Parts: sequence; C-alpha cells; structure tokens
Amino acid sequence: MLDKLMNIDRRIVFILVALAVIIPTKLSVNLPVSVSEPTQKLYDYIDDLPAGATIMIAFDYGPASLPELHPMARAVLKQCFEKNIRVIGLTLAADAPTLANTLMEEVAEENEAMVGEDYVFLGYRPGGTLVILGMGNSIASVFDSDYSGTALAEIPMMENIKNYDQISLLLDLASGSTTEGWITYANAQYDLRIASGVTGVLISQMYPFLQTGQLVGLIAGISGAAEYEDLIDTPAKAMKWINIESFVHLLIVGLVILGNIAFFIRNRQEE
Amino acid sequence: MELFGIWVTAFLTLCIYSFLYRDNPFYRFAEHLFIGVSVGYGIVLSIHQGFIPFAWDPFWAAVKPFWPGIPREAGWMGLLKLIPIAMGLLFFGGLSPRHTWLIRYPSAILVGFGSGISIPLMLQTFIFEQTRGTIEPFAAINAGTLSPWGIVEAVLMVVGVVCTLTYFFFSVEHRGPINWLSKVGIGFLMIGFGSAFGNTVMGRVALLIQRVDFLLNDWLGTIF
Repeated sequence: MLDKLMNIDRRIVFILVALAVIIPTKLSVNLPVSVSEPTQKLYDYIDDLPAGATIMIAFDYGPASLPELHPMARAVLKQCFEKNIRVIGLTLAADAPTLANTLMEEVAEENEAMVGEDYVFLGYRPGGTLVILGMGNSIASVFDSDYSGTALAEIPMMENIKNYDQISLLLDLASGSTTEGWITYANAQYDLRIASGVTGVLISQMYPFLQTGQLVGLIAGISGAAEYEDLIDTPAKAMKWINIESFVHLLIVGLVILGNIAFFIRNRQEE
Repeated sequence: MELFGIWVTAFLTLCIYSFLYRDNPFYRFAEHLFIGVSVGYGIVLSIHQGFIPFAWDPFWAAVKPFWPGIPREAGWMGLLKLIPIAMGLLFFGGLSPRHTWLIRYPSAILVGFGSGISIPLMLQTFIFEQTRGTIEPFAAINAGTLSPWGIVEAVLMVVGVVCTLTYFFFSVEHRGPINWLSKVGIGFLMIGFGSAFGNTVMGRVALLIQRVDFLLNDWLGTIF
C-alpha cells in the first residue's frame, strides 16, 4: 500500500488536478477575496491622481503569461479610464504589441475612452535598456509614431508630454526581469515612480523593492489581479479563476502532506 | 473566421496537453509549429521594428543625397549615421574565422557603454537602496514611531540579511558562530525558495485554469 502510494502514476495526479479545475469551473464557487497591502497601495496611488494625469503601462509579456497579467491590465485600465487618467501603453516584449493593443482598444471601447485623447499605444521598440533611457530624454526620440503609424506630434494627448517628467507612474506588467530594468534605469536615473504587476514566478523577487519604496505598489499574480478586480468592484476572470485556484492548491497541499507522511512512515519501517 | 480560430486553438491546446499522457506526433506537431511561428514572427518583427527604422532608413537617408540623379539636399553630416551602422555590421565578422577579430570593436563599445551606464545605477538600485531599506526601520524604532510588529519585522530582516550573507561568505571556515549563523541563513533561504515555489505553482495553475476555461466555455460552447 505504502509503496503504491510512493510510486503513484503521475497521470493519476494529472487527472486529479484536471478534476480540481473542471468541477469548480462548472460549480461557479465564490470565495471571499482579501486585498493585500501591495495591491491596495497601487490602487490608492492611482486613485489619488488628479483627472488628466498620465500614467504609462508597459505590457512586457507575451501570450504565455496572458492568463495572469491580462486580467490585472484590464482592471487597471478600467480604473484609469473611469477616473479620466490618460494612459500611454508600450512594450519591450516583441510578442506583446498585438495583444496589448487589442486589450487597450477593448477596455477603451467599454469605457468610452478615445484613442489619441484618453490613451495611446506606442507599440514595441527593440533595445530594452536603451528604450527606457531614451524616453527619459524624449519619448518622441524612441517612438516617433504610435502603433497605428500616427506621428506623435499629431496625437493630441501627447502634445504636452515630452518625457518622464510629465508621467505620474509607470506600471510594468512583467513576465520577466523588465521591472528591475525600469527601476534601475527609469526610477534611479529619472526618478520616475514605478509599480509592477508580475506573474507568480516573480513575486518573491519584487518584495525587496516594495519594502524600500522603489515600487509604489505590486499586483502579485492572479491573486493580485483578483484583488484589483475586487477593489474596482468589477468581478471578472481573475476572481473566477482564483476561486478555482484555491481548490487546486488544496489538492496540491493534500498530496504534499500525503507524500510526506508516506515518506516518513517508510523511513521508520526501514530503520 | 473567429469560430475557425477557436477550433484551431482548441486543437493545438489538446495536442500540447496530450504530452501529459506520453510523447506523441500530435504534441510534436504543435511544438514544432509553435517554434516555427515564434521564430518567423520574431524575425519579421525585428526587421520591421529594428532593422528598417534603425538601420535601413537612416542608411538610405544618408546615402540618398549622393545617389546619381537625385538632387543633393543634405550635407556630408548625414553620412555620420553610417558610423554606427558600420559598427553594427562588424558583428557579422564572426561568420568568418579570419575576420572574427572585427567583433572586438563593437563589443568594446557595447561593453564600455553598458558598464558606464549600468554600474552606478545598479549599485544604487541593488546595493545602496536595499541597504537603506534594511537599516532605515531602526531610525523609526529610535524615533518610537514603529509598531511592535514593525520592530519584529525590522529585526527579523536584519537577522535574515546577516545570516544569509554569512552563508555565502567563504573567506573563513564555517565553524563555531559562523557555522551557526550560516545554518540560520539556510533556514531563511529555504523560506525564500519555498515562497518562490508556492508562487510559481500559483502561476502555473493559473495558466491551466485559463486553458480549461477556454476549452469548457469558449470551445465546447460552440458545440453545445
């Protein structure tokens, strides 16, 4: 029995995980969401900005991280458009422009925001660090036109925006190490306020920056996205998914405990 | 067209997940397709977003005035743009064993520029600011503005930093108090790794949930 438990076929675990996802999906369970301090800080910071302020959102993720980062991007965009905060979107990831542009257009349409007046998507430029540094001097020197090819000089909302001095916050939605790049080259060099929304893999790396104040706030993975949806009072995919996630976590914790019990019992028997 | 896209996406998702049972031709097909599309997309994007605006357009703007039959409007200064382009081209020296040495020039510029820009900013971001963040709460303790739990956090942070750094300090033998400190450091490292692992699991499960949500609602929704 013990040996069977220790050598359980991994495909049985896969089936159990699949069931732990499918059953709650169909049951539509609603568990309470408690908002963490880093998420609340970012929400409060944006909420305190005056109407007409401008924030930048860097969509530094590709389709592989879309499930974790798209919900938080959608929630923050909605908050900005509802508060008449202008948004400049851009990306340092080559595979992000289409998905980021589509999302901005969708949320803008839902909130009746106008392209060129309430938001603009600049698209992608290669270079990473050089792009971040270049925009500190002049955004137009790096992005001479937006994603659709309209010259920056012809975009009304960009009329008085020259560089980071006119930007209230940079929110980096990241699936890689780009947030550290933004902190190093935009915050340290140009004093631009930075916030971050990251995938689960990166959460632990971000906390030291939060503690020092180098990050204004942090949306941590799908749980952070659910918290943000709760804050803007618009339950959407993240809140639905985090409920399902709780069941999978319970299963994983159960399997870990079971595996450890079997391991220790076998060790004792061998002794 | 949208329906077709949903079916293709569902088919490829199932192909990838079929690997959970075992390796099979459907999985390999989807894997190769993904790599091919990714590389192709990356190359086209690099040409349009990198090569054309930053190499070809400046090159053409620089040499156009000297092209036969085209009126010369720009001066010789335009040719300065050819210098960085030529420097970039030196990277291709690596393709020929006889000319590999040419890479040294653009590499030297790149490393020199990168170091000059990065080292001071990296020190500020990762060393000075983090050191300040570690000791700053003690100023608040001194001023009596930190809560009892805040004091515990501040002390725990310093203990964690000192012990973890001790674990990576190899200039003295880990015996006696040093050994004790480094063992505490291992404890902090384990907690850090555990936290990172837990968050990674959360991220990976989120990806699975999104795919299952797509298959159950978007794809099966087109059938039933």
